[in-house]
Amino acid sequence: MLRRIHSLPGLFLALLLAVIAGTGTVLSIDTALDRATLPTIERGANVAALAEAVAARHGSVDKIVHRPTGAVTVTYSDGDINGVELVDPATGAGLGPYQTSEFTRFMTDLHRSLLAGDAGRAASGIGAATMLVLTVSGLWLLARRLGGWWALLRPIRGMAAQRWHSELGRCAVVGLMLSSLTGLWMSAGTFGLIPEGNMAEPAFTVSGGPPAPVGTLAALRAVDVADLRELTLPAPDDRTDTYALRTSAGEVRIDAATGVTLAFTPTPLAERIQAVVVMLHTGRGAWMLGLLLGLSAACVPAFAVTGAVIWWRRRSGRPRIASSVAARSADTVILVGSEGNATWGFATTLHTALTAAGHRVHIAAMSELAPVHTSAERMLILTSTYGDGAAPASAKGFLDRLAALDATVPVAVLGFGDRTFPQFCGYAQEVSAALDRKGWPRLLPLKRVDRQSTQEFAQWGRDLGAVLGHDLVLDHVTTHPKTTELELVEREDYGAAVGAPVTILRFRTPGAGARSQTGRLPGFEPGDLVGIVPPGSPMPRFYSLASSSRDGVLEICVRLREGGLCSTFLHGLEPGGRIDAFIRENPSFRPAVGRTPLILIGAGAGIGPLAGFVRANAAGRPVHLYWGGRSPSSDFLYEHELAMHLAEKRLTTLNTAFSRMPDGGAYVQDRVAADAPRLRELIRHGAQVLVCGGRDMAQAVTHTLEAVVRPLGLDLATLKSNGRYVEDVY
Amino acid sequence: MKVLMPALAAATALVSPSLAMARPVTFEATLKNYGGNGAYVALYVTDAAGKYRGTLWMAGGKAKYHRHLSDWQRLSGGAAAEIDGITGASIGSGKTLKITADLADAMIDAGYQVRVDTAVEDGMDNPSDVVVPLSTGSAGKPASGKGYVKSFAVSF
Repeated sequence: MLRRIHSLPGLFLALLLAVIAGTGTVLSIDTALDRATLPTIERGANVAALAEAVAARHGSVDKIVHRPTGAVTVTYSDGDINGVELVDPATGAGLGPYQTSEFTRFMTDLHRSLLAGDAGRAASGIGAATMLVLTVSGLWLLARRLGGWWALLRPIRGMAAQRWHSELGRCAVVGLMLSSLTGLWMSAGTFGLIPEGNMAEPAFTVSGGPPAPVGTLAALRAVDVADLRELTLPAPDDRTDTYALRTSAGEVRIDAATGVTLAFTPTPLAERIQAVVVMLHTGRGAWMLGLLLGLSAACVPAFAVTGAVIWWRRRSGRPRIASSVAARSADTVILVGSEGNATWGFATTLHTALTAAGHRVHIAAMSELAPVHTSAERMLILTSTYGDGAAPASAKGFLDRLAALDATVPVAVLGFGDRTFPQFCGYAQEVSAALDRKGWPRLLPLKRVDRQSTQEFAQWGRDLGAVLGHDLVLDHVTTHPKTTELELVEREDYGAAVGAPVTILRFRTPGAGARSQTGRLPGFEPGDLVGIVPPGSPMPRFYSLASSSRDGVLEICVRLREGGLCSTFLHGLEPGGRIDAFIRENPSFRPAVGRTPLILIGAGAGIGPLAGFVRANAAGRPVHLYWGGRSPSSDFLYEHELAMHLAEKRLTTLNTAFSRMPDGGAYVQDRVAADAPRLRELIRHGAQVLVCGGRDMAQAVTHTLEAVVRPLGLDLATLKSNGRYVEDVY
Repeated sequence: MKVLMPALAAATALVSPSLAMARPVTFEATLKNYGGNGAYVALYVTDAAGKYRGTLWMAGGKAKYHRHLSDWQRLSGGAAAEIDGITGASIGSGKTLKITADLADAMIDAGYQVRVDTAVEDGMDNPSDVVVPLSTGSAGKPASGKGYVKSFAVSF
């Protein structure tokens, strides 16, 4: 719900907001430039002296105004000509005619009324209100995403668009909130929704004597130019007229003949508030604040673009389920925890079958769990597991939301996972245990599906049907994103002599010559995943990418597995052979932005993405690579390329360990342990650790590193939650 | 481009009770190309003693800016009742305001004056930007203003 409140107005009004914010930025710079070019007002000069100096140069002076921009202007009349000029506040010397530039006027008009009069002013007001809703809901969403209000300053992970959106968001949120609130106030004022609080001026009697020279008037001599707002001089031929002097405190009437104060009208509270609001909004009189607001506003077009990208990804990523009924009228709620989109696919099959059986089914992500869901008759939770027992993307925050619920509803949990992992369906088990602790009744015991087995899924469907009292046939066909056909252009084989054949494969789009750089390769970065659909199986297998799409090739490093369908297929591929592949982003496995050192640790084919990170390190940030293989003569992957990177400073140090050596050999974790003092120092200075390879190696490395960081008062769990220890393990 | 206003009756004090004793008078004010936002313009009549007698037209709808038309404000008292029903949009740079009102014959050649106040945001306030007598002698002769009024003519 909150997300919809954030995304829908944002999408519909993106252009409006970008225009208002963009012009706001320009105006803030304009104001700061004004401030820089105008003479500064020093205390010490009084209004009477200024008026006298100005009056000496002109036939008659109508008004002296100290504008919010800091400009002091004089409206005068010389015979038949009226004019406005800028004056030096200290001396009253003329500094040329005063006119707002055409450019500023245009920008101001565009900013506050979109050049469309009152209708445009209304639209601008709506824009301000929308911006306020977006900043508040955005802040709320970010806090939820990062795990609470106190976590708002934590590092943000995710896809590039998401990261930018959130990073800029938390920088700009205060400025945008201030701008939109004050803008809203000003808009309400324009439309008369804020009372102006007029103060009646007390009655007074004018002496009517001949006017005294302005420089002699005591009431004007007492006021500093810095405090002046506006001085209106009496009409030259009207002896009943008076001086009207406005300061922030109020308006004083001064007798033109005697210089006596005749009456004082204090500034109404509403007007004082208005003045503060206008200052805060325009930065006139507070140009540094204005620039900060302008900088915040400059982020708005970026929000529009990144927001649209995020929305589109989310929308196109999730299967469209047209017949999902509203949560409050559903009898069955399906909640989905999915990292890629496979679990959504299973959920869709379930949804279709239940709907066909006459149920009113609502389907949502687990992270959207809400009290309304407990009003259904039953809840079915389908979830995969991310990494070693963590919540998948669409289930983030589920357990916190569950903890906050009071009601219970009969529930069944179906976990999707891989039996070869030590924590088979670890997250589903955690969810199941949490439900038990909350006392939710069970429709069915926890069921775990191994490697997307459609048979096991169908069996669960039959069990569920038995509970519901009708047949339930779940006939699931695995779907995956649209694939692109790629052609193998090169392969390098290693490791055959030591019984661990590994090959580096490089693909291009078919027909793309060596010259046409990227062809039509989909976009990817090292560390992202490529899903390859082997002939004879509908299920894709995922490999970590060693190249970026900017390199013009898609490069992977594949170890041949005994009986492995896809690795056997890939190892049998000759140049010219083709594969069907698609890209899956893997934003959590990526070097953090910045110049902090990287510690890359891997073994065997796990070097693929690590070599990719090194290759992409043109900026020369410190990168330390630890890698383990079997024998330097047989499976030293990327040997020559890494030597080149060392020479070019893309790689700072390289530590290798080989396990089949005459002296007994060593593993990569041995190198890590031997280098403990140096690694500790690097981590103390903010280094990020990226680990890629088999699970056994990863566990050994975890164990070793835990001991390395303990003296720092750190543990790997903390580093993991901060994104400073990330792994891609298979 | 001209902004043409439909023929309109002005404030009650100015209009003859019987049309037989009145005649239509046209007021045409063209503004200079001052290059700014739309100008607030007040057209009003004072008598031989300089006393305010009524408003003919107020261009510019937001009452809070009317105090910038300072002579009009001072002489008329600035009450909203003065301009009820005779208020229109502000007049853009270089544009023309043309209105027609039925004025009592007794006001012509009797020392009455038509005054125009103008004011522009971030620009000048021009009280009595231009003042023209309501006389047959000066009818149709354009006068120029001190502020934003390029020419102003009264014709019978």
